[in-house]
Amino acid sequence: MRRFSLAFRCFFRVLLGKPLPTELLPRPETPALPEPPPPRPAPAAKPAPAKADPTAGALLLLGLFQREGRLVDFLHESIDGYDDAAIGAAVRDVHKGLKKVLADHVPLAPVVEAEENEPYTVDAGFDPQRIRLTGNVAGRPPFKGTLRHHGWRAAKVALPDIAAGLDLAVVAPAEVEV
Amino acid sequence: MRYIVGIDLGTTNTAVAYLDTTEGDAARVAPFPIPQMVAPGLVEPRPTLPSFLYLAPDAERPGVALPWDPAPAASVGEHARARGAEVPARLVASAKSWLCNPAVDRQGAILPFGAGDDVPRISPVDASARILAHVAAAWAHAGLPPLAGEDVFLTVPASFDAVGRELTVEAARRAGLLRVTLLEEPQAAFYSYLAHAGDAWRTQLSVGDVVLVCDIGGGTTDFTLIAVGEKDGDLVLDRVAVGDHILLGGDNMDLALSYALAQKIGQKLDAWQQRSLVHAARAAKEQILAGAADRLPVAILGRGSRLIGGTLKTELSRDEVERLLIDGFFPMTGAGDRPQRGRKTGILELGLPYASDAAVTRHLAEFVARHGRRPTAVLYNGGVMKGTALRRRLHDAIAAWDVAPGGGPSGSARRRQSAGEGSQPPGPKELVGTDLDLAVAHGAAYYGGVRRGRGVRIRGGVARSYYIGVETAMPAVPGMPPPLKAVCVVPFGMEEGTEADLPAQDFGLVVGEPAEFRFLGSSVRKADRIGDVIDDLDDIDELAPLETTLPVAEDAAAGTVVPVRLHSHVTPVGTLELWCVAAGGKRWKLEFHVRT
Repeated sequence: MRRFSLAFRCFFRVLLGKPLPTELLPRPETPALPEPPPPRPAPAAKPAPAKADPTAGALLLLGLFQREGRLVDFLHESIDGYDDAAIGAAVRDVHKGLKKVLADHVPLAPVVEAEENEPYTVDAGFDPQRIRLTGNVAGRPPFKGTLRHHGWRAAKVALPDIAAGLDLAVVAPAEVEV
Repeated sequence: MRYIVGIDLGTTNTAVAYLDTTEGDAARVAPFPIPQMVAPGLVEPRPTLPSFLYLAPDAERPGVALPWDPAPAASVGEHARARGAEVPARLVASAKSWLCNPAVDRQGAILPFGAGDDVPRISPVDASARILAHVAAAWAHAGLPPLAGEDVFLTVPASFDAVGRELTVEAARRAGLLRVTLLEEPQAAFYSYLAHAGDAWRTQLSVGDVVLVCDIGGGTTDFTLIAVGEKDGDLVLDRVAVGDHILLGGDNMDLALSYALAQKIGQKLDAWQQRSLVHAARAAKEQILAGAADRLPVAILGRGSRLIGGTLKTELSRDEVERLLIDGFFPMTGAGDRPQRGRKTGILELGLPYASDAAVTRHLAEFVARHGRRPTAVLYNGGVMKGTALRRRLHDAIAAWDVAPGGGPSGSARRRQSAGEGSQPPGPKELVGTDLDLAVAHGAAYYGGVRRGRGVRIRGGVARSYYIGVETAMPAVPGMPPPLKAVCVVPFGMEEGTEADLPAQDFGLVVGEPAEFRFLGSSVRKADRIGDVIDDLDDIDELAPLETTLPVAEDAAAGTVVPVRLHSHVTPVGTLELWCVAAGGKRWKLEFHVRT
């Protein structure tokens, strides 16, 4: 549930153009370029990517979430009138689709490879972007505490190439059956 | 020449793998993920390229632009499949199965089959060429040297006859692949197993073993038998039999499941909902067959923006999967069972000749009986065979045939017992290969290495014997065509790169007029030798005719009859050439006539 809420928090922040929660922010050196297609062949001379438009990535990802997991439809529907079983039936598919988008395009890895709710020691020189201390923080590191959330960081970002002239603001086209 | 490239041009999916020869002995086959349009305007590499073409209307062309082509006439791949399902009149699917359909003009612009006049049409050969052209362009776009100059090993179904193979090479040529060699798909799957097993295959298999390669893809089923023999103390492999082209595969199974689920939902579904249901059924089936769950909810999300309100739901249970798929498609059968043939009605509908019996096991029983060799080992290939429950059932079905009518074990089972493995359950052992979706492309690239001297080669030659039909001379009887005799021109197993003359058979060709030969083939008659004349054509099928025209020359005026002999050549590429040779040594190639 906690991850779910975090995922949603990120989502709205992306939508509203606010900074992402710190535990999600990629390290500065995270490549924002698509992976070269073949894993092993000789270095491919890829053309330079189009100039980065900050809205492009957000809209592209939103479009992917909608296409694979119907996220926008889901969020825009009032769920008050439905019982849990009806919501559950739809959410399984939504969850599966959204998860696939994350796995394919923004694979995530824990910031800290350790069990949650177990003792954890934060050594001196830790990166406050990667580890957030809460509670009774006093004195100097190392700090002994309990890992409450292992954090997430994007292991890489692999977005599809965008064709010129594609209107990313159209998250889902209207459909007319003829 | 740096890379050896294997291309699995599948009926539903195409895959590519390659070997970098500069890495020497350390070279390993690597997959080449194929960049393709996955949604309008989005291009992404995927492990396989769906073999679907979407003939986009002009207004949609910019939306299917590729990094290497701003307005392709046809979109290939993931988006083509998804978009084509929404607009079926503009979708070309199963192009490969059309390539081996003698009922249609395979060089003619007939696809999409039955489309309206406003849709541009292409020929089955063109459709295959465009899929290959996409692969070639994607390869070049990755910064690799053009495929035109690389050795490409292109796989075809073992069941393809000489005409299907010829047309495949023609498609490759149109796509700019100039150094192509054909390889049978089940053999490629077996090479992938050899690459995977390394030297261990020599202990997993022994002299006398007969390996069944059972390849069940999305749309087709293909069987091959490979026998393990011995020569000079070393194991050798012979491809001893190939099956017919059976249009039956995983897509049929997903459809069967979705029909059953639609009945449970009990509500009329529109085309979009039916497609969603097929997808959902496939996903649930895969999980259940893999043993991950016993029952799974299956939902069709609401089609409009009302997602939850419009959702229909049902569930799929293990019982249903077993009843519909395992018993429906893989029933336990006797060794003597045969597939039911559809009743021939007066008017045969043109189109693809889908199998009328869905039981894979009955098709297999027929194949095994026809060739008289019981498999002692099985290598599975194709996405369908990922399901452990299906593999188990096929194994059990074959094992049941191993029990002779008297109740005692048959030859192969007895031999295994005498080899001290009596405690093993009867039935064929399962050989473990690599990824069932990518094995054929992988094996094709590996085979390229074998051709350069790395590893053991499967001996095979041509997979069927070929004949020229000769009408017997007899008094004309109205309403009764003169009976046909078949003269063997290419015997089963004739090897690539060899040539042969048809002894003592002269044909008279009229100069300046087209001459047509009836051309026939058989995958069952293996003992016929070149020149043999066969009266009983029960096991022999008619293929596309061969034709040639002797040009008018100064030494032979129009209308004169020139006696010629036939000369056959199995090319190193893997295609078949037949030539007419006149007494002076002049020769004319016979071309397949695929226009009907």
